[in-house]
Amino acid sequence: MNETVMLTILTIVTAATPLVYAAIGELVVERSGVLNLGVEGMMLGGAVCSFATAHYTGSAALGIAAGLLAGVLLALIFAFLTLSLQASQVATGLALTIFGIGLSALIGQPLVGIAFSGLPSLHIPWLSDLPLIGRLLFSHDVLVYGSFLLVGLVAWCLNRTRAGLVLRSVGDSHHAAHALGIHVVRVRYLATLFGGACAGLGGAYLSMVYTPMWVENMSAGRGWIALALVVFAVWQPGRLLLGAYLFGGISILQLHGQALGINVPSQLMSMLPYVTTILVLVLISRDRGRIRRNAPASIGQAFHPTT
Amino acid sequence: MIALQRRADPSRLMGYLAPLLALGITLLAGLVLFAVLGVPVAAAFYAFFIEPVSTLYGLAELGVKAAPLIIIGVALSIGFRAQVWNIGAEGQLILGAITGAAVALVFYENDGWYVLPLMILASVLGGMAWAGIPALLKTRFNVNEILTSLMLTYVAALLLSWLVSGPMRDPDGFNFPESRLFHDAALLPRILQGTRLHAGTLVALGIVLAGWVLLSRTLLGFALKVNGAAPRAGAYAAFSQTRLIWIAMLMGGGCAGLAGLFEVAGPIGQLLPSISPGYGFTAIIVAFLGRLHPLGVLFAGLVMALTYLGGETAQITLNLPLAVTGVFQGLLLFFLLATDVLINYRVVFK
Repeated sequence: MNETVMLTILTIVTAATPLVYAAIGELVVERSGVLNLGVEGMMLGGAVCSFATAHYTGSAALGIAAGLLAGVLLALIFAFLTLSLQASQVATGLALTIFGIGLSALIGQPLVGIAFSGLPSLHIPWLSDLPLIGRLLFSHDVLVYGSFLLVGLVAWCLNRTRAGLVLRSVGDSHHAAHALGIHVVRVRYLATLFGGACAGLGGAYLSMVYTPMWVENMSAGRGWIALALVVFAVWQPGRLLLGAYLFGGISILQLHGQALGINVPSQLMSMLPYVTTILVLVLISRDRGRIRRNAPASIGQAFHPTT
Repeated sequence: MIALQRRADPSRLMGYLAPLLALGITLLAGLVLFAVLGVPVAAAFYAFFIEPVSTLYGLAELGVKAAPLIIIGVALSIGFRAQVWNIGAEGQLILGAITGAAVALVFYENDGWYVLPLMILASVLGGMAWAGIPALLKTRFNVNEILTSLMLTYVAALLLSWLVSGPMRDPDGFNFPESRLFHDAALLPRILQGTRLHAGTLVALGIVLAGWVLLSRTLLGFALKVNGAAPRAGAYAAFSQTRLIWIAMLMGGGCAGLAGLFEVAGPIGQLLPSISPGYGFTAIIVAFLGRLHPLGVLFAGLVMALTYLGGETAQITLNLPLAVTGVFQGLLLFFLLATDVLINYRVVFK
């Protein structure tokens, strides 16, 4: 296979992986009936904390853990405000994004311009040495494999386990779930924190593998694209994977556009992922019935046991 | 154990107290933040909140920074009342700046009185056009306006970056990504000698008044409020949801576009790759801090303008990163949302 094509495919994987993490987390959050618009802020928090930790300790594993933890902590603020204090989910999510952008810029200030070696790719005996397929499928880092595993796990949990059933019931009708004795707020807390962990991991992937360095506001709207991906996937994990790789491909197009002989100003090429997001949202959302059938029925609504 | 008990009616008193409480807690959090950053707390406090407004020039700057926040904040609060979530004011601001600047450059060195009014018209239309896209997609295709208006902000920023480095670049500017400096007829008149306070600040006050009249004295304002508080009641009253979405979005876009023009024709004086330190996003906080009420927005705009000024002063005098401003703004909104619980709930110990 042509070397350029091979490299392009490999970069699509690195571009798609952060989206997979952030979007699968948000999918679980939304299936529990919570709309967290703070994905962008949590990704940035994860990105800067993982990069800082990896840089100061020299350990990539600690860096990943720090990114995850940062996402969880930011999600905890959101969960406390919306689930315990009944604040508006839309407003709180926006606040989380604004806060995350500011906080990450503040933490990351001394880290600007430092490069990082990135994550080593896993060498799987025999499989990684296969010609072509070895490099294509078995030469990635641990987080790439983790993202596929996570999507599979979420799909299985949502559709095949009791926990998934509980989560979906809370998202579809919190009053019915409450009447059945399910602790609605607790389930939503757990789902929101899971979403934070995933967004943090997505951010960690950005700063430790994709770039790999810290740049202020480096997620550049990927958190919002992840939110759009959940709609694109009509809340189904399998379709989400497809969407993330589609967007990964489009964002790579802008990087390789010049090399492929597309002579368009770079700024216009960079618009592609955002314009595509809008177009995709139009295509999916225009089918109102489909959205209504698949969207969690209680999404975005506050729940208080006494109401 | 602490628990929340729903009040029979929302507390009016808490409606006024909660924002003040949130401001107070934010100041306390600021003390902690300064201590964590290792700067002398008293000096940082002075640099952030007092020094910027201790001179006439500083007060004028407060007006310069508050004007766009108030103009956009009033329009957004009207939209938010109607549950129309226009999050892309930043992009609409950029579009208004682009279209307004385009008129200024077309009429370059033309001293006609009509140049500035034409620029204003163009900027409002530019902002409206950009906000019209999410409105069309929402009403026609049911697309979430939060995501589309936000995506369009990124597109607008890239468009501006392309225009100033290509078609709208200063031909005598040594390839710097900047437009020509606007000529005098294309600049907003200054209203205070020796400062940058411009006529746009007065327009901001006019918009506060207009917003207040619209919300409290007109049928349209009533329809917007009903639609937000109880959409089905609005439907029974035959208020067209589609029409209200369009009005709320276009109002937001028009005001944001106007604010963009006031930036490029006011303190900046030309088109640059970056023309706003996130006014369109901060205006969201301004709208909430102002209780989605035009008069509240006026005060909230001044408060948030101070965080910008304070951030700049602290950067110069204490070498604090400018990002502190963003942290402050985020914290303020968090505390505001948290204290809002007191309006509808009472805290009980049992």
